[in-house]
Amino acid sequence: MNKIILSLLLGLLPIVSHAEQGLKLDHVRIDLSDQASLQRGARIFVNYCLSCHNAAYLRYNRMGHDLGISNQLVKQDLLFATNKIGDRMRAAMPAADAKKWFGVAPPDLTLEARYRGPDWIYTYMHSFYRDPKSFSGWNNTVFPHVAMPFVLYGWQGEQRAVFRNVKLVSHVMENGKAVTEVTEERVFSHFVLAKPGTMTPKQYDLAIRDLTNFMVYMGEPAKLERIRIGVYVLIFLAVFLVLAILLKKEYWKDVH
Amino acid sequence: MSRFGDWLNERFPARELMREHMTEYYAPKNFNIFYYTGSLLLLMIALQLVSGFLLMAHYVPTSADAFNSVQGIMYDTKWGWLIRYMHVDGVSLIFILLYLHIGRGLLYGSYRKPRELLWIIGYLTYIMMMGEAFFGYVLPFGNLSYWAGQVITSIIHAVPFVGPGLTTLARGGPGVGTATLERFLALHAVLWFLIIAALIVMHILALHQVGSNNPDGIEIKKTKGADGHPLDGIPFHPYYTVKDIFGVGVWLTVFAAIIFYAPTMHGVFLERTTFFRANPMVSLPDVTPPWYLAPYYAMLRAIPNKYLGIGLMALAITLPFLLPWLDRNPVRSSRYRPVYRVMIIIMAITFFTLAWVGEQPPLPKYFIVERMGAVLYIGFYLLLPIISSIEPTRKVPERVRS
Ligand code: HEC
Ligand code: HEM
Repeated sequence: MNKIILSLLLGLLPIVSHAEQGLKLDHVRIDLSDQASLQRGARIFVNYCLSCHNAAYLRYNRMGHDLGISNQLVKQDLLFATNKIGDRMRAAMPAADAKKWFGVAPPDLTLEARYRGPDWIYTYMHSFYRDPKSFSGWNNTVFPHVAMPFVLYGWQGEQRAVFRNVKLVSHVMENGKAVTEVTEERVFSHFVLAKPGTMTPKQYDLAIRDLTNFMVYMGEPAKLERIRIGVYVLIFLAVFLVLAILLKKEYWKDVH
Repeated sequence: MSRFGDWLNERFPARELMREHMTEYYAPKNFNIFYYTGSLLLLMIALQLVSGFLLMAHYVPTSADAFNSVQGIMYDTKWGWLIRYMHVDGVSLIFILLYLHIGRGLLYGSYRKPRELLWIIGYLTYIMMMGEAFFGYVLPFGNLSYWAGQVITSIIHAVPFVGPGLTTLARGGPGVGTATLERFLALHAVLWFLIIAALIVMHILALHQVGSNNPDGIEIKKTKGADGHPLDGIPFHPYYTVKDIFGVGVWLTVFAAIIFYAPTMHGVFLERTTFFRANPMVSLPDVTPPWYLAPYYAMLRAIPNKYLGIGLMALAITLPFLLPWLDRNPVRSSRYRPVYRVMIIIMAITFFTLAWVGEQPPLPKYFIVERMGAVLYIGFYLLLPIISSIEPTRKVPERVRS
């Protein structure tokens, strides 16, 4: 009986999935213990993203400390927008200006990886393509009509999206009769690299993996800490548990 | 020591309380795993008070700064993340315990005479906990908080006559904003919590007045030894205190494993949309409640008519109050009532299926599940008076089985 109810409860836990419908995301391997990758990702983020986006919940010195970069180096290489190492990581461009330029203010990205998930970010950064109809000249299959210009096109190059037409067959009721309706819909098929960038696709994948890795770190810097501390807490509790079992056994000897 | 003790006890009934509620409170010796849930609930609620107090030291209840202040706790405050995860995950764990605790009551007929009031006080605490969780849910003011606040307060709108006025009162204005956060914080941290604490004290007092039930549903007070104590009873202290300490050890291990290694529990304990700040312009495709409230939400959706849906939900929440009078069988524990046991298993499956379906987007294919769930849930209470008066029972032994 107890087992039935417990398994009911535990079976409940992993059921909720937030996969966006109809969208295939590429999987990215996240490894927060890979400090070199995090450092490379931080460099990309600060150089290419922080010009427009805030990452205002994180501070420079905290990032430096967590990623093993000395304050000296942070000051030298990463401080563009400010000169105080304890500052929050704010965009170089004031939000009001950005709004004028792009129509929408670029959102703060500190929590982006927690909100969208790493796979989403990784795929998003692979899915920009040339679209002359769009305002910035770029479009994105993961985020259609995105207002963000593709700032890394020098690396990846220029992609073109290839679409194909598919027939959608639907059965509907019309005047009490079942009718089959066939409609055509344009769906995304694949990308072709129209103009190569300075990086090979492989190199670009690795760079975006580093960037995503960093953004996952940024979403929860405490994760580095909690995974380390958790071990000690669990060891402590294991010792506590052994003592508790011995104590209980001792007292319950005389209960029949 | 004893001179101080005498001095104290002339002025405060410490010894008497200890005797009455610990050393000479006789509890059945055959408690099983379900009987850890009560003491663990006490522990968890005490922990919520501590972590909540610490969170409040940094929280700012304004629509502009609430989200920032909570992220400040996560990023800048020393150990802030630990405190927040404790508080957030604590809620889900409390509801897991509550469902096991209530399920235990069903299984062993603990709601039956003379424990009707104990049951009612307990169930009232559960309803209050749902409110407490809702207020807390809105406070961090992520986008989910905002929309959940908006949706739930609009449910009150359906109350006849005073509905619209109540909604404005609950929000502190036409929409969810700073005034809402201020009053929700006051309710969450002060008034509502105090009422819950008072109910818990009454719950324990009522329990000690009538004595604990047990998995066999046998009244241990019926068989007393020469010393006047129940033969199947043992003093709560030290026997159950040391046993509960063991339970605490196991439970804290589970709790710690979650806090340190799966604090969001894949988005079930802490949803992804809570990491996006409240934005009235960005509506969420489907606002679903946290898992522990989802069964009622599923029943709300089971009827497309707003008023009838709310009526069904209200009925589902109130029916358990009547349980002591709906069950007409002379036998208490489901151990000796095979039919009743099957009914409870169906009820448990129904409840968790409703929780699952309540989290799904409103699609036609789930609609049928919601309706069947609602029928089974309500059906349990409607059929119980009939089934319990005709169901076959096994012979109940005189003394508890150990
Ligand atoms: C030229 C300014 C600019 C730069 C540089 C820039 N972005 Fe953006 N980004 C934007 C704007 C504007 C939007 C808002 C798009 C919208 O809402 O349509 C945006 C949106 C995004 C989003 C989606 C946010 C959401 O709604 O979930 C992500 C992710 C993102 N940017 C990542 C990056 C990364 C990573 C970089 C660095 C490689 C970067 N951006 C550099 C302007 C910029
Ligand atoms: C936060 C809320 C609650 C707390 C802290 C709490 C605490 C306790 C404690 C300490 C006990 C004695 C230990 C045990 O038997 O597990 C107990 C017993 C009991 N509680 Fe609760 N409880 C809560 C909620 C509820 C609810 C929601 C219900 C029912 C709807 C309920 C019904 C009962 C019953 C019937 C018993 C006696 C069980 C028996 O003797 O078999 N309680 N509670």
